[in-house]
Amino acid sequence: MPRLQLSLDELRERALFVRRDIITLLARSQSGHSGGPLSSTDFGTALFFHEMDVNPERLDDPGRDLWHFSIGHVTPVIYSLMAERGYFPLVDLLGFRQFKGHLQGHPSKHDTPGIEVSAGSLGQGLSVCCGMAYGSRFDRSTRRVYCVMGDGEQQEGQIWEASMFAAHYKLDNLCAVIDYNRKQIDGDVQDVLGIAPLADKWRAFGWHVVEVDGHDIPGVLAAFDEARATKGKPTVILAHTVMGKGISFMEDDYKWHGVPPSVEQAEKALAELGTSLASWTRRLETHTARAVTPSANGGAS
Amino acid sequence: MSQPTPVMPAPEAPVKSLAKPEMKRTREGFGHGLLELGEKRPNVFVLVGDLSGSTNVSFFAEKFPDRFLQIGIAEQNMMCVAAGLAALGKIPYLATYGAFASCRSADQMRVTVAYTDLPVKIGGAHGGISVGPDGATHQAMEEIAIVRSIPNMKLIVPCDYWETKKATIAMADDPHPNYIRFGREPVPVVTDANTPFTLGKANVLREGKDIALIACGVMVYEALVAADALAERGIQARVVNMHTLKPIDVDAIERAARECGAIVTAEEHQVNGGLGGAVAEVVVRTHPVPMELVAVHDRFGRSGKQEELMAAFGIKSPDVIAAAERALRRKKG
Ligand SMILES: Cc1ncc(C[n+]2csc(CCOP(=O)(O)OP(=O)(O)O)c2C)c(N)n1
Ligand SMILES: [Mg+2]
Repeated sequence: MPRLQLSLDELRERALFVRRDIITLLARSQSGHSGGPLSSTDFGTALFFHEMDVNPERLDDPGRDLWHFSIGHVTPVIYSLMAERGYFPLVDLLGFRQFKGHLQGHPSKHDTPGIEVSAGSLGQGLSVCCGMAYGSRFDRSTRRVYCVMGDGEQQEGQIWEASMFAAHYKLDNLCAVIDYNRKQIDGDVQDVLGIAPLADKWRAFGWHVVEVDGHDIPGVLAAFDEARATKGKPTVILAHTVMGKGISFMEDDYKWHGVPPSVEQAEKALAELGTSLASWTRRLETHTARAVTPSANGGAS
Repeated sequence: MSQPTPVMPAPEAPVKSLAKPEMKRTREGFGHGLLELGEKRPNVFVLVGDLSGSTNVSFFAEKFPDRFLQIGIAEQNMMCVAAGLAALGKIPYLATYGAFASCRSADQMRVTVAYTDLPVKIGGAHGGISVGPDGATHQAMEEIAIVRSIPNMKLIVPCDYWETKKATIAMADDPHPNYIRFGREPVPVVTDANTPFTLGKANVLREGKDIALIACGVMVYEALVAADALAERGIQARVVNMHTLKPIDVDAIERAARECGAIVTAEEHQVNGGLGGAVAEVVVRTHPVPMELVAVHDRFGRSGKQEELMAAFGIKSPDVIAAAERALRRKKG
């Protein structure tokens, strides 16, 4: 299956849909993370709807690119991207974190088709992607492997073990993206435990580093292109973002890391995104089929 | 309990001379098992954390360099790199000291490997106190408790060279995560190339009806020696080699409890959460009988020679005999 490569307008619309999904599913579950999912939305949309070659119709497609969110807590954006991309019906998003749904609080391979490896304990995902990238190269596959990490997550020592591994084995089929929103649970990353200068650290570890505004979709696409073109070393994209991006009262506030909006707050947020809880819930409820192409979902903005 | 019990059936495995046993390293069984797998299965990979020689994965490395992955001293990364390979359909074996495999990378084993249920094969070398001179930090004695508590994991503690080799090979057929614990020093060979090995099915090495000695790892030999000594006093002890700790052979334990009426477990491991506890979990819900547990009693190891340490920590055959006597007294009640 080829890459989707939506146009910029379509990508921006898709990102808007994803933000609406995130708020709506969190309003329903009343449990889960708001901040990181919203900061990851734009580069996540670029990844799923332009960059990656994935095949939701055939999950074990040997030619598929592999993606893995090491930050398992951002399931609202992961599941929205998956549903919008056609991995499962949009209506399933309303079962987020419910006992009866198939969408666990953190990604679970055996609950959610399309998740390659379960996650939720920070710091492990890059290593997983190293194994995938090494194995893919061994198989002479042209697939690429994408790993999304957090900036607070950079404090985990295992990431630097993996970083050394990837550079040592010259895994240029591996592309990491860091959601550099400068916030984590207890506050500003620089106050909790400084990670700067992050780009220098990754460069010193032998990686190609691209810095980009993580909300600027053309910039993100260019960064992915640069990663593809980089040979002999892995690439990390530092996606500078804003926690809670798109919702005025959530932006740049670490307190939104792990809490959902109340129903009233969700209404306010969805109004900012040009819709309402009732109408967006209806959209999710009525889309019980897999949504694959943009036209299948179109017209709801 | 399913079938009626035959009177003193032939043991499932022949027992070699106990007085002067052949001595062989279990880690060599791991190394040789991997070599055989390398030939037979093109999707077997081996990963190591800077311990190629002492885990004997060097055999594989020499023969199959393209499927051998040096990870460096980064056990957490190793566990998850293995997971990534397994997610692609490879069968990765990783090797490091058991102390580190089970503790340093426990979270990685739990979340990434076991929760995803990937066929990562974890080799824990230098298990138990018999590692000797390296001392407490390197003497893995918590592996059974840790690994057994994680869903989807299987755990094997083979008793000798042959069993380690067979278990290493058998693990490749299981599409789930497995952990195998083996040791450093040469230990008595009590099985042979033809002894059957089935994951999850205990082997009865010696029949008896008075008491059952259920052991794993190097303690199987100690149990056999103890059974000989008990026989001289007219006590017929059954010796059960419980090589698979998880899933544990419930049938074999229940049969032992019903037919022998008393049980001694023997392991080179902490008493908390070890083989003894695992057997007791089955005994209490099937057929409660007096039990005694030969194990390391909640203390760290120390430097010394293998024999010296095992005696000092109370896990030699005399300790098994003493435990059997206690259990028999309670049985008569
Ligand atoms: C090993 C581990 N330790 C702690 C946590 C709890 N935790 C979940 S998210 C998080 C903060 C992550 O910060 P960051 O990577 O910046 O993500 P963001 O807050 O921006 O979404 C923490 C500490 C965890 N999931 N895993
Ligand atoms: Mg952050």
